[in-house]
Amino acid sequence: MKGGVRQRNTYAAWAVAAVALAAVPFVHSDPYHLHILILILIWSFAYTSWSMMGRFGLTSLGHGGFMGAGAYVTALLWNHLGITPWLGIPIALLCAAVLALIVGYPCFRFRITGHYFVLVTLALSGIVLQVITATRDYTGGSLGYTPEATKGSKLLALQSSDKVVWYLVALVVWALGLAIWTWVDRSMMRSAMEAISEDEDAAAAAGVNVTAEKLKITVLSAMMTAFAGAIYCQYQMFISPDTVSGIAVSLQMVFAAVVGGLYVALGPTVGAVITILMAEILRISFGTKAVGWDNLIYGVLLVLFIIFLPKGILGSFLERVRARR
Amino acid sequence: MESFLEIFDIYLLEAVLNGILLGGVLALLALGLNLIFGVIDVTWICYAELIMIGMYAMYYLYAVFGVPYWVAAPICILLVAWLGVLLHLLVIEPLLSAPPINQLLATGGVLFFLQSFATVAFGIDFRNIGIRLPVLALGDMNFSYARLLAFIASAVGMAAVYVFMKKTYTGTAIRAIAQDRQIMVLMGVDTRRIYIITSALGGSLAGLAACLLVLMYDVHPFIGLSIGPITFLICVLGGLGNFVGGFVASFLFAEIISMGGMFSDLEWGYVLAFAFFILMMFIRPAGLLARRS
Repeated sequence: MKGGVRQRNTYAAWAVAAVALAAVPFVHSDPYHLHILILILIWSFAYTSWSMMGRFGLTSLGHGGFMGAGAYVTALLWNHLGITPWLGIPIALLCAAVLALIVGYPCFRFRITGHYFVLVTLALSGIVLQVITATRDYTGGSLGYTPEATKGSKLLALQSSDKVVWYLVALVVWALGLAIWTWVDRSMMRSAMEAISEDEDAAAAAGVNVTAEKLKITVLSAMMTAFAGAIYCQYQMFISPDTVSGIAVSLQMVFAAVVGGLYVALGPTVGAVITILMAEILRISFGTKAVGWDNLIYGVLLVLFIIFLPKGILGSFLERVRARR
Repeated sequence: MESFLEIFDIYLLEAVLNGILLGGVLALLALGLNLIFGVIDVTWICYAELIMIGMYAMYYLYAVFGVPYWVAAPICILLVAWLGVLLHLLVIEPLLSAPPINQLLATGGVLFFLQSFATVAFGIDFRNIGIRLPVLALGDMNFSYARLLAFIASAVGMAAVYVFMKKTYTGTAIRAIAQDRQIMVLMGVDTRRIYIITSALGGSLAGLAACLLVLMYDVHPFIGLSIGPITFLICVLGGLGNFVGGFVASFLFAEIISMGGMFSDLEWGYVLAFAFFILMMFIRPAGLLARRS
């Protein structure tokens, strides 16, 4: 009985939070603030996607590659073939899934874990970055790339200059990310993956198909990351290898997820809020002099967090709250 | 048709030889990282950033303060060796018993830190040390003198490390620790001291690499992102901690980049090398020279 009440209360709290978040742009519609909120939501979704794997010890530095694939495939299909992002995004997600399978299958089949896995996925983001740069006739190379503004229907082109629309889209995408995270958290997949991250041989002996389980979570995580890349591209209408691909982006994902908290649903979101706000505040208060300072602080924080607070801000906070109860 | 083939052969030979020279430099990079991995069992993701700091040190010493190259080089090597020790004491040591992934991520934080430190302190301009070494012409082929010098210096550096590891007591202790971390403590070896010496050695190899790379490339805060990944891939391809494997993998990689660059852009050389790496992970996941278990 009591559990039922508590659950009902939780649902009510979520509903109130959802309505409150959706109402934000109608109460306060300052475009700059909305822009920051949209960025926070999109990146939160990307960081959540990374943490889907990261929380089970599958540390990937290849997610910059998936995000780049999502953004560039969508934009290239639109510009060169005129394929609407409504179709382009699924194709891009498929590309990311194939990429994840190509890298993931041998890794998991041959038990490549730990350092090796990190470095193999690092190769993946390196390849995607180099391919984007090398095919500069099509992708614009390191100068970046802009999806052409549509002359026809904005809905068909998934383009909009209205920040309120984008805020709502980003909110839905972010909520979708949390929903998938919670779904995995409650499914058998979580038990299987936790068993695998503790001891692969024992998990296999207990009847867990190690390769298949790891592949499932990897493909899911890769597709979500690619989706984040595509949405980011449609919103910003400008992508460059540095902002959506490569090793720096991969490290940024790791950093935000670790600082916020890897093992809790809202951890990556907290990480995104902290990192993006910090970068913006530094940028506003110091202007161009602040170039580099945000990453300087990130770097020190990342080291300190891993040494002193490996569960992240939200993770450690929740743990303390629970211990007090 | 015949003359076409002749030119083609000359180019091919030039690319092969240039690949060997590049391989020497890559082997030096891989050696330092392999040493750290083999002995301390951590991956310095920020290894290339240490090299970047070393390159800046060389630039400032030589081009700004006018210190002669042969005096600046040892200072640079000592500086980076000291940075390696500092990295070990401040970041790695508190995390020695933490999961390996945490150590790796913490050095990732150091990567961010060093990169932005360089941006803040030195700016994002490309800087050139301003030493113009002549180009060697051998028949119709051209070789960069800087690369030849780098190749010789790496060979000497690697030989010195080899002798140190084989002939000295400390070197033997380092190799023993790499084989079995637990038992050596019981044998009375001070692991902390060995770790610090290894970090200094790894750092000084990065410093040596910096002295050589600064002759070939402009230094800028993000140069680590272009030399780092390739170094890691070489180490993994050769088998992390496997010195001979790293050596072989360096030359394989260098040849692929050099040949790929000959047929198309240099970036495609890198793409080919990366693709080759992933393919090899299917075939020999534990490294080129690993024994099948």
